[in-house]
Amino acid sequence: MSLDKATVRNIAELARIEVREEELDHLAGELSNILTFVEQLAEVNTDGVAPMASVAAVTLPTRKDVVNDGGYPQAVLVNAPDAIREEEGGFFTVPKVVE
Amino acid sequence: MTKLTNLTIADALDGLAKGEFSAVELTQAHLDAMATKRALNAYITETPELALEEAKASDARRKAGKAGSLDGIPLGIKDLFCTKGVLTTAASHILDGFKPQYESTVSQKLKDAGSVTLGKLNLDEFAMGSANITSYHGTVENPWKAKADPAKKLVPGGSSGGSAAAVAARIAMGATGTDTGGSIRQPAAFCGITGIKPTYGRCSRWGIVAFASSLDQAGPMARTVKDCALMLNAMAGYDPKDSTSAPVAVPDFAKALTGDIRGLKVGIPKEYRPDGLSDEVNKVWEKGIEWLKAAGATPVEISLPHTKYALPTYYIVAPAEASSNLARYDGVRFGLRVEGKTLDDMYKKTRAAGFGAEVRRRIMIGTYVLSAGYYDAYYTKAQKVRRLIADDFARAFEQVDVILTPTAPSAAFGIGDNSDDPVTMWLNDVFTIPTSLAGLPGLSLPAGLSTDGLPLGLQLIGRPFDEETVFKVAGVMESAAQFTALPEGV
Repeated sequence: MSLDKATVRNIAELARIEVREEELDHLAGELSNILTFVEQLAEVNTDGVAPMASVAAVTLPTRKDVVNDGGYPQAVLVNAPDAIREEEGGFFTVPKVVE
Repeated sequence: MTKLTNLTIADALDGLAKGEFSAVELTQAHLDAMATKRALNAYITETPELALEEAKASDARRKAGKAGSLDGIPLGIKDLFCTKGVLTTAASHILDGFKPQYESTVSQKLKDAGSVTLGKLNLDEFAMGSANITSYHGTVENPWKAKADPAKKLVPGGSSGGSAAAVAARIAMGATGTDTGGSIRQPAAFCGITGIKPTYGRCSRWGIVAFASSLDQAGPMARTVKDCALMLNAMAGYDPKDSTSAPVAVPDFAKALTGDIRGLKVGIPKEYRPDGLSDEVNKVWEKGIEWLKAAGATPVEISLPHTKYALPTYYIVAPAEASSNLARYDGVRFGLRVEGKTLDDMYKKTRAAGFGAEVRRRIMIGTYVLSAGYYDAYYTKAQKVRRLIADDFARAFEQVDVILTPTAPSAAFGIGDNSDDPVTMWLNDVFTIPTSLAGLPGLSLPAGLSTDGLPLGLQLIGRPFDEETVFKVAGVMESAAQFTALPEGV
């Protein structure tokens, strides 16, 4: 698979990673090489094989649907780069999203 | 008396129990050694005050007759484990300043056993790499030097490169590692130490910065098989906070080291002899087979026919999971934030500045293989081949009890080598990735030296949750190998 610049631009957009226009060619080359490498899987016959999502052969455990953790907003917010502290409401902040 | 830093964990526990030295003395010896080995760049964060405080508490516990199974043993923690109040970086710029408000289950269990934390060990960024050259906090240097070119700096392997270098350089008695495709075993081989990736589910992943959740597994790295067993005893066990951790009993792994492997069948996979496998690696492998024969085990040639597809399978599955896991680094809740005009703009600028080239590349591959129109062709296909790879092992284990292979296709290489093309670098993990995809336990131990005087490792692979057989066979090989060579300055 050979990716063109437009496709790489789209992948970067989906991944929310800013890529400069002049990096696109190089990146397209690298990603295309990787995809060519992984495409050798096409030669494996996988008819009737169930996809394997996990090797853990255990059934997922369940528990009572009750709140069992929480109540410490300060600890949650303390690592945020631009949070509003608990005393002032306790929020994460993001750039303005409405006009 | 042997230098305190050269003791094994087992011997140090003995010395502590007999009162030959204190935990404070043992810890101080390591802190002093760390100060002389900063050029290796093995630690991202050293925590000397915390270490001495923990050592004092350990001595008090021992005096009160309440010593734990690893009481007073100074360990390094890979900087992928969240440690309460201590900077945790995953070797990435994007986690700048991140101080977790909780402790990972595995590092907590090690603390509960009484161990002392020397600091946080360097790694490849988000554990993505095989040479420890992708860390935002700088490349780690292997303490071993090639005879022919002692000035050349060699890689320690990766991603647990800081862990391996620290244990080899005697600036930690043992260390935690994590292994997604070989990240414990390959650096252990490159640095001449022992490391085991246990069965997927054996150790809790809670509090470990996630890379590829269906593959990530924590394990111990130390200088002997027994030390790894002692560490794993403390690290393993079911954890309700990780739904994939296995609710199975944890045996005493150290008790498995009986030295008796008579009658065991050891699989030798014919597919692990690719063209271009170095003669030296082949010879060490042959030697390993001879040791096991001499101890009464029987080598059996086996076939793992889908081996060559493990690497391409991994490089779809792991980036796909990584692209999802790393979506959380958005500049809002922790770490780095680069301001932007809009929310999306802030995300994109933060992630472009915060992730290094290898991480960006893997996120983009993962994003692509999961995107509409390509999901089935890449991701679902890889999941199907993954099952075929796991089935290969299941069939092999109907015939044999354990499998012996080389750990890596070569000894440690130079910093800067193999880095032109990502795919060439990935070939380092060709012998370790299949085990990871199948979720099986895999242990690497040093088995000999290359003509250049560099360590070469052999890998033992076991059935799911049968680390005991792996440890037992590893113990026999360790005795036969008599690996006594030391890296520079030890």
